[in-house]
Amino acid sequence: MNRIVPLATLALGILAFATLLLVIAPAAQIRQLSATPGLQPYTAQEQRGRDIYVAQGCLYCHSQQPRAPEQAPDAQRGWGRAAVASDYVYDRPHQLGTMRTGPDLQNVGARLPSRDWHLTHLYQPRAIFDWSIMPAYRYLFEVKARAEPGDIVVALPNEFRPDTGVVVASEDALDLVAYLLALDRTMPAPDGAVRDHGYESREPSE
Amino acid sequence: MPLTVGLLLALSFAVSLLALAGLIWAINNRQLKIEQAHAYTIFAEGEAGEPDVDTPESPLEIDRNQYDVRRAGLDVVSRAPVLLLVGSGVFWLVLGSFFGLLASLKLHLPDLLTDQAFFTFGRARTVHLNLVAYGWLSMTGIAVAMWVTPRIFHTPLRFARLPVIGAVLWNIGVASGALAIANGWTDGEEWLEIPWQIDIVLAVAGAFFVLPLLATAARREVDHIYVTGWYYLAALCWFPILFTIANIPYIHSGAQEATVNWWFAHNVLGLWLTPLGVGAAYYFIPKIIGKPIYSYSLSLLGFWGLALFYSQVGIHHLIGGPVPTWVVTLSIVHSVMMFIPVIAVAINQHVLVARNMWAVRESVPLRFVATGALMYTLASFQGSIEALRSVNSVTHFTHYTVGHAHLGAYGFVSLVMFGAIYYMLPRTTGRAWPWPRAIAWHFWLVIGGFAIYFVSLTIGGLLQGFAMLDATRPFADSVRVTIAYLEWRSIGGALMTAGHLLLGAHVVALLARGPAWTPDTGYNPEPAVSE
Repeated sequence: MNRIVPLATLALGILAFATLLLVIAPAAQIRQLSATPGLQPYTAQEQRGRDIYVAQGCLYCHSQQPRAPEQAPDAQRGWGRAAVASDYVYDRPHQLGTMRTGPDLQNVGARLPSRDWHLTHLYQPRAIFDWSIMPAYRYLFEVKARAEPGDIVVALPNEFRPDTGVVVASEDALDLVAYLLALDRTMPAPDGAVRDHGYESREPSE
Repeated sequence: MPLTVGLLLALSFAVSLLALAGLIWAINNRQLKIEQAHAYTIFAEGEAGEPDVDTPESPLEIDRNQYDVRRAGLDVVSRAPVLLLVGSGVFWLVLGSFFGLLASLKLHLPDLLTDQAFFTFGRARTVHLNLVAYGWLSMTGIAVAMWVTPRIFHTPLRFARLPVIGAVLWNIGVASGALAIANGWTDGEEWLEIPWQIDIVLAVAGAFFVLPLLATAARREVDHIYVTGWYYLAALCWFPILFTIANIPYIHSGAQEATVNWWFAHNVLGLWLTPLGVGAAYYFIPKIIGKPIYSYSLSLLGFWGLALFYSQVGIHHLIGGPVPTWVVTLSIVHSVMMFIPVIAVAINQHVLVARNMWAVRESVPLRFVATGALMYTLASFQGSIEALRSVNSVTHFTHYTVGHAHLGAYGFVSLVMFGAIYYMLPRTTGRAWPWPRAIAWHFWLVIGGFAIYFVSLTIGGLLQGFAMLDATRPFADSVRVTIAYLEWRSIGGALMTAGHLLLGAHVVALLARGPAWTPDTGYNPEPAVSE
């Protein structure tokens, strides 16, 4: 190969082809979908909480895309039905995730619907699960001498309480929990939903 | 729907026809002509057959290889950008290693440094990735391209001041990107975290790198473009476009955005870091051994195969996910097809190395590059197998994938870059490395550290995956089984970091002496190309 222009043209042509197949064509297919029936847009508080979720990098340990029963026992773990493309129409940026250092969170609001549970868990995950390796999000909380009116006090076992005062949830922590509680895609998937059906010819896993 | 698929098929058919026509035209015009003789482009006349090894025991003095004295005119022109880019790259490597080590420690010491948002796992891990991908690998890869391109084209770097400006801008972009992420300002997608406002700085900086390299290629003083040049030229066309398109804000959302995300993220590896690494290996291995690669025409298959197949593998990150079956299958097929270009490159590079093991023993830079090239083969084979549906069900969502990513980005690209730095810097400054034994120490620290790193994440990841697939075991089991392996990973990572500190100190010590060449050595084109 002795010429730059044909080399560059062919190289760019190949990239354009890949872009057509991996970006443009899936977009044409997915963008015409409307939201899964029953799925609500996020409220202002839930969206603020979602931004907190994104900024802390929760994505790097938690997926939001349960797999089909033919592939993995995600539903048996209580993570919900197989995710479909129309479950995500309100998600920007997407947070599908590629790691499960912690469990999938697609339906965590349905599975764990208690605000107080989440506040305790965020402040100190090991107060609930001794095996957890999730970071403690102490910086989303405030230690005060005593709670003021309107403060949400975090319930903690003795060994995780500060020496004096009480742990109070910040606005960020409350927004984040509002988002987690909103994560509920337990409504049935629509007919002909778009997802990777590549495992469906197989036997369900044990 | 039928309309979309029909349109798609028609389009792909039209594109294939056009590509075929283009190929026939190019062959007719002898533009794709390849001969084994072309493999000698990297040598000056009479140089082939003369090995270019420098050993820790007998540190390189610049006049050992007479051909490099002649080439020094070229190296002087590219010196400022090369040194600035290498220095910056190594700085980001050291800083990025500490963030990586911190993130690794946090996975088994979760209450470490939890009072500041700045150091939380989700941010430290992401700062690590961005510092090493856009700081260390990209800047060092470009430095090597700045140094090698004039040498394969037998002409000095054009507009050599532009990349200096580019390097300053790029450093500003990487630093502010990392600070933004650490402070919670992120675009929120893997590999695309740096806020798009800062990406504009990086895109402008990129133009300052691309233009001089293209201008140098356009005014080359040899007819043939050596294989390294194909990889470099293609990567220089691909990455700016990928980076720009993927970072345009407010266009995508939801599951569709995920396909854009992984189209980009895997192409950062496939169409940017891989060509930078493979291209460098194609230069340094034959150059140091003093003999051409095994089969020059095979390199054509390796290059076009990479372009065609690697560009479409990205959606294997979404296997079993909420995206259309056909696009997942397409990426799996292309992932498996990657065996073809990888085997082509492997034959070319490993056969030459295997026949000249004496050079690997003597030259530490070659030891780095040849080991890195071997890791490319292994990482690619592993990636192809990982994309199979049955395997992916186990390994996806686990630490196994993290091990694989490091086999590619570290075992392959970083090792090649280490070798390139150790080979380039004495030749571009005219100074020998002050502590030759430290180079061998660096090699064994990072090889030992990485072996521990990779083996522990691979085993830990597999155990994690099997636990997660077993419905009779609680999720907690998939965490518990990994802890011991995550601790070992921190030990491996600490050894790698120690190696990087050694490299950093060595680069500082070398540069502190100042270059031996003076600018008025100047470039003299005649001796560089002929006897």
